[in-house]
Amino acid sequence: MDQVKKIKVQDFVFYVTGMIVLIFSFSVLMALIIDMFSTGWPRINQSFFFSFPSRFAEKAGIFSAWVGSIAVVVVTALMAIPLGVATGVYLEEYAKKNWVSQIIELNILNLAGIPSIIYGIMALSMFVYQFKLGQSILTAGMTLGLLILPIIIVTTREAIRTIPSHIREASYAVGATKWQTIRYHILPYSSGGIMTGVVIALSRAIGETAPLVTVGALTFIAFLPTSPILEHSPYISLQWLLDPYTVMPIQMFNWISRPQEEFHVNAAAAGMVLLSMTLTLNLGAILIRYYFRKKYKW
Amino acid sequence: MSALLQAKTTRKMKEKLIEFFFFLCALSSVAVTFSIVYTLVSEAFPFFKVVSIKEFLTSTEWTPLFENPRYGIWPLLSGTLMTTVIALSIAIPFGLITSVFLSEYASSRVREIFKPLLELLAAVPTVVYGYFAMLFVTPLLQSVLPELGAFNALSAGLVMGLMIVPYVSSLSEDAMRAVPQSLREGSLALGASKFQTSFKVVLPSAFSGIASSYVLAISRAIGETMVVAIAAGLQPQFTFNPLNSTATLTAYIVQVSLGDLPHGSIGYQTIYVAGLTLFIFTFALNIVGQLIRRSLQKRVK
Repeated sequence: MDQVKKIKVQDFVFYVTGMIVLIFSFSVLMALIIDMFSTGWPRINQSFFFSFPSRFAEKAGIFSAWVGSIAVVVVTALMAIPLGVATGVYLEEYAKKNWVSQIIELNILNLAGIPSIIYGIMALSMFVYQFKLGQSILTAGMTLGLLILPIIIVTTREAIRTIPSHIREASYAVGATKWQTIRYHILPYSSGGIMTGVVIALSRAIGETAPLVTVGALTFIAFLPTSPILEHSPYISLQWLLDPYTVMPIQMFNWISRPQEEFHVNAAAAGMVLLSMTLTLNLGAILIRYYFRKKYKW
Repeated sequence: MSALLQAKTTRKMKEKLIEFFFFLCALSSVAVTFSIVYTLVSEAFPFFKVVSIKEFLTSTEWTPLFENPRYGIWPLLSGTLMTTVIALSIAIPFGLITSVFLSEYASSRVREIFKPLLELLAAVPTVVYGYFAMLFVTPLLQSVLPELGAFNALSAGLVMGLMIVPYVSSLSEDAMRAVPQSLREGSLALGASKFQTSFKVVLPSAFSGIASSYVLAISRAIGETMVVAIAAGLQPQFTFNPLNSTATLTAYIVQVSLGDLPHGSIGYQTIYVAGLTLFIFTFALNIVGQLIRRSLQKRVK
């Protein structure tokens, strides 16, 4: 009888420990959010969003930073999504079981484990100096694109793997080619999973700081990139790709590293905006997953 | 007839072309690895023409930006080791308890609530964690440990540890959920408690998955940059005192990047030396992690 009691106590104690650990982790997260929001809140107003950085803390804003973040993420998405999805499709649908595909697979696992700052110094040597792209939006977007490539590849593969093989067989049976099967069946059915992965990857790209510090993003940018839309022919300009930039996390890092207290308030406010951006994207990913899980039932 | 045949060959050609295109995309990921290794080695190589490997491996001073530069890697290694150990002392127990709790104890409702919340911990940008470590955790710890510096390895390591918990717990949990239900039922039927079943049956069976999650956690802690660069300071010194400011391999790279070093100078090369050292560590850990996981897949079969 005593033994039974002891065992029950043991189980109960572990349950409580688990709860405490989880609740502790979330209280830390809550402390982070509350601390940052209460510090940064007074700075959140319209002029903060539409002012350029400044030597005076109370005049400084995040205009160039959030515009830069959007511009960089557009380049990142244009590069990483097609490349990542195509690689995922190749490995799941085309690749034969041989040493070439095994090397590619191992390589992707390994890429996912390389620290982000290594991508940064690679890009510094490759993109900035070798390709002479300078400290531009293009360099930043490509660096982050390479960084999130493994995430997109892995989630694409996982999404494709959930599609049962009878879908493929049915498509082949009515005479479709492999490409038609992929184009009209595999990609649409896996789009939910792929989109979830893409959104999570882009949220990571928005919050990533270290690789952009190494490619030299930490400069004083008090202007916006050139507008992509022209008023005269040819109406579209790509000049913005080569413009210097700053992004949200870099701007925040810049303010953190200043000794003055007032700049830390700005950092908190920028952190609020940045955290809201990444958490919104992650929430979006959860919703997409939920919606598609309901849509397709095999 | 020949028209049909021709249509068939063009279709086949098109299919082949598409397959080739996909293959090229997949191959480009290998090119990324190659360019990483190539740039690290080719930029770090000239450094070792100036500095002997002996100096690099034995000197305990790292002052490349001073007038009398010394190039011993140990201060950066000690900083990296210290923050990593502190981070793991949080991440491993927390990750283990969380994963056992979620996989063996929690009802499916509790799990549905906590899992997405854990993912949120991983969604916070590292620069935000850095802010938190420097301006919240350090002042908090200073009220207990008055001798704690404004920049210190302790709070950077602690925050980093918490940041890594979701990585450890989700991989460990996956490994534990892959353990067949029959093993648990067998154990419970023999009269073992849930606690005994979890720790004496499930954990050993999922051992390699859990071990590989730890290895990945180590590699992540070594490579983490912003938290240490912000909260642990940027001063390379050979010390194992967590109350002092220190610099990791990654923080050193950040520090140099903040300045304006000309391309090709020895200062510029040192970031590739630090990067190459970092790459060798994380690469080795990734390989070990994959080998451990592979041994699991074989055993489960």
